Amino acid sequence: MALNKRHPAALFAVLAVALGTTGAAYAAVSSQTAPKVVAKTETQVEQGKQLYLEGCSSCHGLAAQGASDGPSLIGVGAASVDFQVGTGRMPLAAPGVQAMPKMPSYNEEETAALAAYIATLGAGPGIPTAEMLDTTNAELALGGELFRTNCAQCHGASAVGGALSEGRKAPSLMDADAKNLYEAMVSGPQSMPVFADSTLSVEDKQHIIAYVAELQKNESPGGFSLGRQGPVTEGLFIFVVGLGVLIVAAVWIGAKAK
Amino acid sequence: MNELEHPTGDPYGAKDGKDLISGITVFPMEPHVPRKADIDPKAAIRAERQVATMFGLSSLMIILFIVAYIQVPADLLITIPVIGTLNANHLAIGFTFGMAILLIGLGAIHWAKKLMPDEEVIQERHALTSTNEERAAVQSSLQRGAAESGFKERKIIRRSLLGALALFPVPLIVLLRDLGPLPGTRLRETIWDEGIHLVTDATYKKIKASDIPLGGLINAVPENLLEIEHEEHNLNQRGKASIIIVRMDPADIVSQQGEAWDYQGVLAFSKICTHLGCPTSLYQQRTHHLLCPCHQSTFDLSDSGNVVFGPAARRMPQLAITVDAEGYLVAQSGFNEPVGPSFWERG
Amino acid sequence: MSTTEESIQAPAHAAPTTKGGAVGYYIDDRLASASFTKRLVDKVFPDHWSFMLGEVALYSFIILLLSGTYLTLFFNPSMTEVIYNGSYVPLKGVKMSEAYSSTLAISFDVRGGLLMRQIHHWAALFFTAAVSVHLLRVFFTGAFRKPREINWVIGTLLLVLALLEGFSGYSLPDDLLSGTGLRIAQGIMQAIPLVGTYVAMFLFGGEFPGTDIMPRLYSIHILLIPGILLALITVHLIMVFYQKHTQFPGPGRTESNVVGFRLFPIYMAKAGGFFFVVFGITVLIAALVTINPVWLYGPYTPSQVTAGSQPDWYIGWLDGAVRLMPNLESNWFGYTFSWNILVPALVIPGIMFTALGLYPWIEAWATGDKREHHLLDRPRNAPTRTALGVMSLSFYMILVISGGNDIIASAFNLSINQITWGFRFLLFIIPPLAFVLTKRICLGLQRRDNDKLLHGYETGRILRLPSGEFIEIHEPIGEAEKAKLLAKADVVPMELPSAVDENGVRNPKAAKSIARAKLSQWFYSDVIPTPTDEEMRAAAEHAAHELHEAEAHMKQISNH
Repeated sequence: MALNKRHPAALFAVLAVALGTTGAAYAAVSSQTAPKVVAKTETQVEQGKQLYLEGCSSCHGLAAQGASDGPSLIGVGAASVDFQVGTGRMPLAAPGVQAMPKMPSYNEEETAALAAYIATLGAGPGIPTAEMLDTTNAELALGGELFRTNCAQCHGASAVGGALSEGRKAPSLMDADAKNLYEAMVSGPQSMPVFADSTLSVEDKQHIIAYVAELQKNESPGGFSLGRQGPVTEGLFIFVVGLGVLIVAAVWIGAKAK
Repeated sequence: MNELEHPTGDPYGAKDGKDLISGITVFPMEPHVPRKADIDPKAAIRAERQVATMFGLSSLMIILFIVAYIQVPADLLITIPVIGTLNANHLAIGFTFGMAILLIGLGAIHWAKKLMPDEEVIQERHALTSTNEERAAVQSSLQRGAAESGFKERKIIRRSLLGALALFPVPLIVLLRDLGPLPGTRLRETIWDEGIHLVTDATYKKIKASDIPLGGLINAVPENLLEIEHEEHNLNQRGKASIIIVRMDPADIVSQQGEAWDYQGVLAFSKICTHLGCPTSLYQQRTHHLLCPCHQSTFDLSDSGNVVFGPAARRMPQLAITVDAEGYLVAQSGFNEPVGPSFWERG
Repeated sequence: MSTTEESIQAPAHAAPTTKGGAVGYYIDDRLASASFTKRLVDKVFPDHWSFMLGEVALYSFIILLLSGTYLTLFFNPSMTEVIYNGSYVPLKGVKMSEAYSSTLAISFDVRGGLLMRQIHHWAALFFTAAVSVHLLRVFFTGAFRKPREINWVIGTLLLVLALLEGFSGYSLPDDLLSGTGLRIAQGIMQAIPLVGTYVAMFLFGGEFPGTDIMPRLYSIHILLIPGILLALITVHLIMVFYQKHTQFPGPGRTESNVVGFRLFPIYMAKAGGFFFVVFGITVLIAALVTINPVWLYGPYTPSQVTAGSQPDWYIGWLDGAVRLMPNLESNWFGYTFSWNILVPALVIPGIMFTALGLYPWIEAWATGDKREHHLLDRPRNAPTRTALGVMSLSFYMILVISGGNDIIASAFNLSINQITWGFRFLLFIIPPLAFVLTKRICLGLQRRDNDKLLHGYETGRILRLPSGEFIEIHEPIGEAEKAKLLAKADVVPMELPSAVDENGVRNPKAAKSIARAKLSQWFYSDVIPTPTDEEMRAAAEHAAHELHEAEAHMKQISNH
């Protein structure tokens, strides 16, 4: 959702930071635009640091080292910040086991600044490039296999989400965009384990993203999907609607005509 | 409208206004109130037309069904508010077929309610027991039969017959023997063994320990699984050998099932729930808890895979792992205990 | 010519007068079916909406046979692995069993195949739901009492078979959900003491999942269980027909008659019409609402699972029991006793179905009631039975709800651990509460019925008496209402026999009869007798007097 709206320069800047901190030879990318971006990056990191101190440090610590209320952010990378802040999960509305997506508290520029700052603290996964999210060559069927092997156990085979322990849950993926999906996989937000590019390759992630996009079409050839919740809603339906209609019919049959 | 004259002379079979069997007070039937269609010929004609319309519409629906079956493309999807995006052919033939059937039913019931007589009829119940004479007669017939057969007197025949009858189902049970193999040690063995590589499920790639991030999860299988599946034409080994690999901060590891069964915080556990065998890989990396989606058994992977919640009684078996010369994960040995659900002989 | 020969000669017949008659004569010449047919078409059935719940079950079964037969034309119950190449793109090229691939073919490549699959599955849910609700109707109205105990047992067997039939059908598509269900069933089998592993190995042809289970389940699902179901349903119906249907109390209704409509034409039209209604509604639901979208779950493989793995609703109670059970397991003498599996999956269902099947005899033993019953009880008039029923139902319902505890947790943002603990306690707290509460409500309703009989119903009109007292005008209830309210057979609890005989010697046989009498007194405790004729007459006179006084007073006021 946010990918298309974001200012291209901001995205590029964050990318630059991510690449720089992971030790990639950034200078080879573009010598002409580099100084400008770096200049912007410095101010951006500074802006991000200010935002961090104001909005995040009370839980995550002044040096992002982590505290009782929030985990350490050193080395979580830009992807994690972009996911958590960009989907509104962070900052938390109230302390609780589950961070819920909501209206983001920071705009795109502020989010990018925060991501840039956190990325300077330690090497971590960066925000995926448009190329990494390109699913034109993805294989749908392989994506399905990978999804059922790695994702369906928590998010459900139809991606509608599911319960975890002690009030935590795996959210529905029906509204997640490609970038969010990618960031979630590489950063492992909250309960979710990390599926790094080294163990689940970029191509594998593209297959999965393509399959989730297919599920998101929400095509239901057989009619109303009942929320794709499986046999529970089907059972409720047969009692409430199915048997309900037949009992009304039975009462009508038994009633004396006028 | 009573069909039979009751012996008590009362139309309801009561005596002194009381039911003969239960003793409850019997009230006379309420007088019949005629319906509109009984007294007004116009109402009767209206009802007749309504019924005929329903039957007629039913026929029309069948014609529409044929048209829909032939004309609506089988792969066309349409979007309808509330219902969503569904197959047009399915919807069209289902709706016409369903309406055609429903209209026959509604028509028939409407016909019965409006036009067929609606005055209730009283029918006597017949006794559900026989008379003493009838009982005596059947008893003597049975005794005669028994006496004529000599079943009682001829003890040898009786006993040998009973013996033969008791034995005759035996072959039927024996013949079931080849339904399957005896359990043997099958439930205790997996294809894991020393030096077998751990490979990713679905993509079958070897895994470098250093590639696994902190908090990472990999659904994995033994390297030789595909080969064996191909050879045996079944999924039996997969049902036992599937594992999950997780990586946690070595400082977080409270205990393990064996000394140095991890590799720098990389741990491997069976994926098959010790309760009823569901694949269990709902790994929550912050708490290191592993949840089974079937019955919510929860295992703490940082503490020997012990059960912390739910109906599972046994810990999740751990697979001892290490790395080969190139840094790829391999098993130190097979599982030390049977994986999967309990069974009687498990001990 | 001897007399014997004469007697076997057919009597001289008049010629048939109609074409239909000619057919009838032809059949009667061979079967002497005339008197049976007359009894059949004249048979009277009482009318009540709740009597049609059993009909829903019967009609769903017929729909299941029809749609199931259609599905067999396309379904291939083989576990041979194939590479899918049908028209559902997201699974193209995926390795799967022929069973799953042919289910996909029915759903996507056979026109109307998806409709038939959904008709079949929805009808299965209808069947099990209708069987269950029909059972509740029969229980709460006391329709299982003498002489219908045998039919009650057949009904219980039908319920068990319906559950098995449903589960075997749920397993056949070999998708991820159905395979997970089978995995759990196999795990339960393995836990059975002594024979468990052998039973599992033989049924599955080796280890789970093997390659034999689908074809074996298929013959169980389409031949064995439906055959027994069909036979038992036939007996069930013949017995209903032969013993005649029970009826609710009302004017003209007694223990020795049936008041209602004849089979031909009214019931032919109503019940026949209702078959089409049930069928039509099932088809419409199948056309409009998805059930079991197997293509979303993917093919079964024992290393994959989906969150929210649930059985169909009718197995939900069993799954719920397994979820709630604490994790007890013992190892004795080198053998494993998996109480965490045996108790919820075998012991509790065993007790539940045994108690259900034996209930008519348990109640008859407790009450000492040996009479025939053709008039139904209104549930409030049998408070102890109704309370027992609601108690058992609440126990069952908690199990069903527990079977969906993960869906509840994620839908309402609750902790699954807390829900599970909550249900563990509620399972023991709610049923006794339900018993006490239901009994109170029943007795309250009985008292209200007696009030209605004595004082009529409240009109809402208030009058002030000369004494200054306010009274509400009551109107006497109608005859039909009176017939309904007065149809409560008086019950007499058994008398407590003395523990010693007249010589003061202790009677050893008395213990059993004392226990039984105590049970009887408990069953009939708090009996509220219906008012006698005298009481009702007195009450009526009193009311008339009050009304008269009030009217006189009103007149006085208006005269002033």
